[in-house]
Amino acid sequence: MSRTFPADSVGLVTPQSAHFDEPLELDCGRRLPAYDLVFETYGELNRERSNAVLVCHALSGNHHAAGYHADDERKPGWWDKCIGPGKPIDTNRFFVVCPNNLGGCHGSTGPTAVNPDTGRIYGADFPIVTTRDWCRSQRRLGERLGIRCWAAVVGGSLGGMQVLQWAIDYPDQIKHAVVIAAAPRLSAQNIAFNEVARQAILSDPDFRAGHYAADGKLPRRGLALARMLGHITYLSDGAMREKFGRELREGKLSFNYDVEFEVESYLRYQGQSFVERFDANTYLLMTKALDYFDPAAEHGGDLATTLRAVEARSLVIAFTSDWRFPPQRSREMVKGLIDANKEVSYAEITSTLGHDAFLMDSPQYMRVLGNYLSRVAAEAGT
Amino acid sequence: MSLRPDLDIISGWIEPGSRVLDLGCGDGTLLAHLRDTRRVAGYGLEIDPANVAACVKAGVNVIQADLDKGLRDFEDATFDYVVMTQALQVVQRPDRLVDEILRVGRQGVVTFPNFAHWRNRLQLGLGGTMPVSRCLPNEWFETPNIHLCTVSDFERLCRGKDLQVLTRSVVDYSHRRSLGMRLFPNLLGEIALYKLALRR
Repeated sequence: MSRTFPADSVGLVTPQSAHFDEPLELDCGRRLPAYDLVFETYGELNRERSNAVLVCHALSGNHHAAGYHADDERKPGWWDKCIGPGKPIDTNRFFVVCPNNLGGCHGSTGPTAVNPDTGRIYGADFPIVTTRDWCRSQRRLGERLGIRCWAAVVGGSLGGMQVLQWAIDYPDQIKHAVVIAAAPRLSAQNIAFNEVARQAILSDPDFRAGHYAADGKLPRRGLALARMLGHITYLSDGAMREKFGRELREGKLSFNYDVEFEVESYLRYQGQSFVERFDANTYLLMTKALDYFDPAAEHGGDLATTLRAVEARSLVIAFTSDWRFPPQRSREMVKGLIDANKEVSYAEITSTLGHDAFLMDSPQYMRVLGNYLSRVAAEAGT
Repeated sequence: MSLRPDLDIISGWIEPGSRVLDLGCGDGTLLAHLRDTRRVAGYGLEIDPANVAACVKAGVNVIQADLDKGLRDFEDATFDYVVMTQALQVVQRPDRLVDEILRVGRQGVVTFPNFAHWRNRLQLGLGGTMPVSRCLPNEWFETPNIHLCTVSDFERLCRGKDLQVLTRSVVDYSHRRSLGMRLFPNLLGEIALYKLALRR
């Protein structure tokens, strides 16, 4: 019997794939001879092809942003709260495209794919890609789908940085940029957390210099540790206190190093389940892409000069309890856009949920995003 | 729907095609009006979440910000006008904000309720109670107004800062002018509107 999905769900979705034969020159100086991008789409492209919205995913995200892959799938896509009929990214009005980034591990060409030059799995040989490389590859996907100009490019966290890169690199191909819980570049503290995560993976004996797949191994402990660390930075102190407090699983101290506190149990579960769905080389690569992201570097660190290229109008959103990419970092982008005389709005959402708030559906967040995108849709003629 | 009368007067003070920063822009009415009638580009600063959402809905550029933190995200002389309507009396340090207004804007436009209006004087002087009026609708315990001032007070502040008053308009609640208000602004005016600049 087939399941009934909620009325505001896009329902059952099937990932698609596009193959590109034309080589892609990468920022690192290497080139990918050919690649695949796996992606999902929701809604219909209108006749004018003016209603396309590109959704960029975060560090551990993928192309499955909304809906369900199967009747028995427990959880919908990662941004299902935002994407669907009548939701802020309204699939009754928009044609939504969400690709898995190059270097990913869910179908787009990445470290888990076979290197055509050697016939073996890329593993550690897969080149480090950057946000600019992602934009380049996604631009080709847009062309393939017949989209000359995106009505909006939307993303949170690493996805938000990609949105900014899109607005800078292809100013005439994006009408609106929606940058959520992001930063114009990482701070030393951000890079430090990424480095500890990488060291956790790199120092796992099963990592085998990145060629664990060839040896039939998985750096489980390292990848799980990296994810546990990441999770701490996604939550706020207050959110953790509220969610776990100092609750003990057994109700009493057991004076050993097994799981005692609920928060330990949570982190271990998050780490272990992540290993089942994510590739360690991809994790390394994604954290590097984050560290390298710094569009203003080409202009001596001057963000306003960098943003002069932008033609899109922008909406920047930050969350008060986000300490990974705090509001101050979003305001840097806003200031840069204002100094460059660009149209921009900025909303600072009160939230106790930390960085993860960008994936939730708090009323003010949904209202601001919905109001903004509703205007985008009206402009696009839908 | 007609424009709030003080906003109508202010609109007449703004050169078409200029760049405006509106402090405490509310639901974006003034900026939307200036955009639609005078090709004015600009941004509003607003702290209230519902107003921020309303501005976004109206297509007005809004920056969620607390005026008490100043205008440090804005560079010197980057706006033709910095406008602040009916917000002077709710900020922590109106004097410092006036400095900020004229640092960021070439001209400043400031409006506030005149606390020395005769009805207020009667209520306080004879009735012995804090004034509640059309312009000051809240009781003392619930009012957001923490720095109410009079026309005379404000002009003393401007003199002390050596600011130039380019235009002054003193009006009643319905924003009508009268001879009486021209002659005795501090007694008969309910709302004061100023256009200011630094003396060169």
